[in-house]
Amino acid sequence: MTTPAVTDRPAGALRGGRLPRWFPLAVVAASIVVAVAIGLGAGLHSTVQWGLIAALLAVGGTYAVAARVEGRRQARDRVATSLVWVCFLVAVIPLASLIWATLRRGVKVLDGYFLTHSMAGVADTEPGGGVYHALLGTLEQVGLATVIAVPVGVLTAVYLVEYGRGGLARAVTFFVDVMTGIPSIVAGLFVLSFWILILKMGYSGFAGSLALAILMMPVVVRSTEEMLKLVPRELREASLALGVPKWRTILKVVLPTSLGGIVTGVMLSIARVTGETAPVLLLVWGTNFINANPFSDPQASLPLFIYQQYANSAGAGAAYDRAWAAALTLIAFVMILNLVARGIARFTAPTTGR
Amino acid sequence: MSKRIDVSGLTAYYGAHKAIEDISMTIEPRTVTAFIGPSGCGKSTFLRTLNRMHEVTPGGRVEGKVLLDGEDLYGPGVDPVAVRRQVGMVFQRPNPFPTMSVFDNVAAGLRLNGVRKKSDLSDIVEKSLKGANLWNEVKDRLDKPGAGLSGGQQQRLCIARAIAVEPEVLLMDEPCSALDPISTLAVEDLIGELKERFTIVIVTHNMQQAARVSDRTAFFNLAGVGRPGRLIEIDDTERIFSNPSVQATEDYISGRFG
Repeated sequence: MTTPAVTDRPAGALRGGRLPRWFPLAVVAASIVVAVAIGLGAGLHSTVQWGLIAALLAVGGTYAVAARVEGRRQARDRVATSLVWVCFLVAVIPLASLIWATLRRGVKVLDGYFLTHSMAGVADTEPGGGVYHALLGTLEQVGLATVIAVPVGVLTAVYLVEYGRGGLARAVTFFVDVMTGIPSIVAGLFVLSFWILILKMGYSGFAGSLALAILMMPVVVRSTEEMLKLVPRELREASLALGVPKWRTILKVVLPTSLGGIVTGVMLSIARVTGETAPVLLLVWGTNFINANPFSDPQASLPLFIYQQYANSAGAGAAYDRAWAAALTLIAFVMILNLVARGIARFTAPTTGR
Repeated sequence: MSKRIDVSGLTAYYGAHKAIEDISMTIEPRTVTAFIGPSGCGKSTFLRTLNRMHEVTPGGRVEGKVLLDGEDLYGPGVDPVAVRRQVGMVFQRPNPFPTMSVFDNVAAGLRLNGVRKKSDLSDIVEKSLKGANLWNEVKDRLDKPGAGLSGGQQQRLCIARAIAVEPEVLLMDEPCSALDPISTLAVEDLIGELKERFTIVIVTHNMQQAARVSDRTAFFNLAGVGRPGRLIEIDDTERIFSNPSVQATEDYISGRFG
């Protein structure tokens, strides 16, 4: 384009046309109205299509109007802003609708009774029963997995950042990266073949914990490694120059400084494995009864409970409601963990005290 | 509480790169020795070889001898941690431990030397903070984070932390370069008081500071681009600034360098 838009301001001018503050809202409102009209007129049934048309209209309309009034640079700026908003909505809508759907269907049977009773003696088609055995199982399996994975993961990260040089460190980093990509079913199959088929240990919550720990470790290593790298070299040197041995420097200066970030990483890894179904299905087996001992006999777990209830429900009825209520319990469980993690991270973060 | 340092034929490397070459000097107890010279000439590197902090940098390597009252710091079986307990260090940028309070910062070095009793700790922390001219400013906020102090206070906190373990020697790597003139003055006054008890070595880019605080001054320079740094001369500060024996020193001090 060689001819500038009519309203491009002359070179050197500091003032130009400005659109009013309500302009973006007006464009969005107008786009929605037009999109609905087009949708109804053309007989489009999907609201997703309406939304996409509205988004396109809003972005296009913003550019057209802004280019006329404010000039092309400002128009590009506004288009970039509106694109960011569209992407934000595209990302948020599925999440919000998922939470909404789970809430709406989950609250039906979610109550104190549901959280404190197991499925013992309750047939799939009958109402009643609860999720206590699965909640207990999830807590124990994830707790054991955390106890195994966090020390190994954090110490590996300390090795990589503070001690690791040369070939061994590179090899460890490489295998941690490979481990990040292991599908959960593969981790489950590995523990199944090793722990249950070769060592003949039998199905148990602990077998599930082993697989979950394998899935957690790379996440813990990676996040801890990044946090440790953020600790300034000056702090380590300050401590070493005081005559503090290296191990104590790491324990008293490096780890406390990065504790908030490490805790956040650990919590995220916990949140990740809490929803794992495949290894639990293979290794923990599932039960309708309360089994508080994770080291022997099958246990239940929340994701497994959801899967089994849904699979036996044929899309309606008591089991179907229980599946949604258990899903809501699982989401709430992970959410509470995340909130706790954020709280701990904020509480332990180094403060300036000003 | 202060020891004499004898350096002979000291050469330091970063990997294959030779940073300083063949440096020999003697530092008397209870004196302030200033290192001056252009950036990159190896003053800081040399300073860090005096308490074995150089080898903390990956690839750092040292040849030669550093005798602390006759004992070679680089001799076989010498524990670098023990060396650093005797030769303390203050860095260019104030670096208090961010997770610790003012009190814990000063006590950090003590706790691992086995001082555990709260009353003993309190005594030494108070003495060190007074020694660093910081006590009056922080005595009401000892339990507040050390990172909440101003830059000048933080630097004096770091000095208090370094002298709390009662080292023989105190190394200071441009301790005032991140401070305003008033804080600088406070630290310089402090250096004057500390030399009653410690051997002090200070790296500085500020010629006036070297002239004000030091008894002896050492001038370092590069032999050329990419060549290792060398000690050009070391003499009484008065002589270095009035009548140095090497032309390069006079050129640098009078600003005719390069």
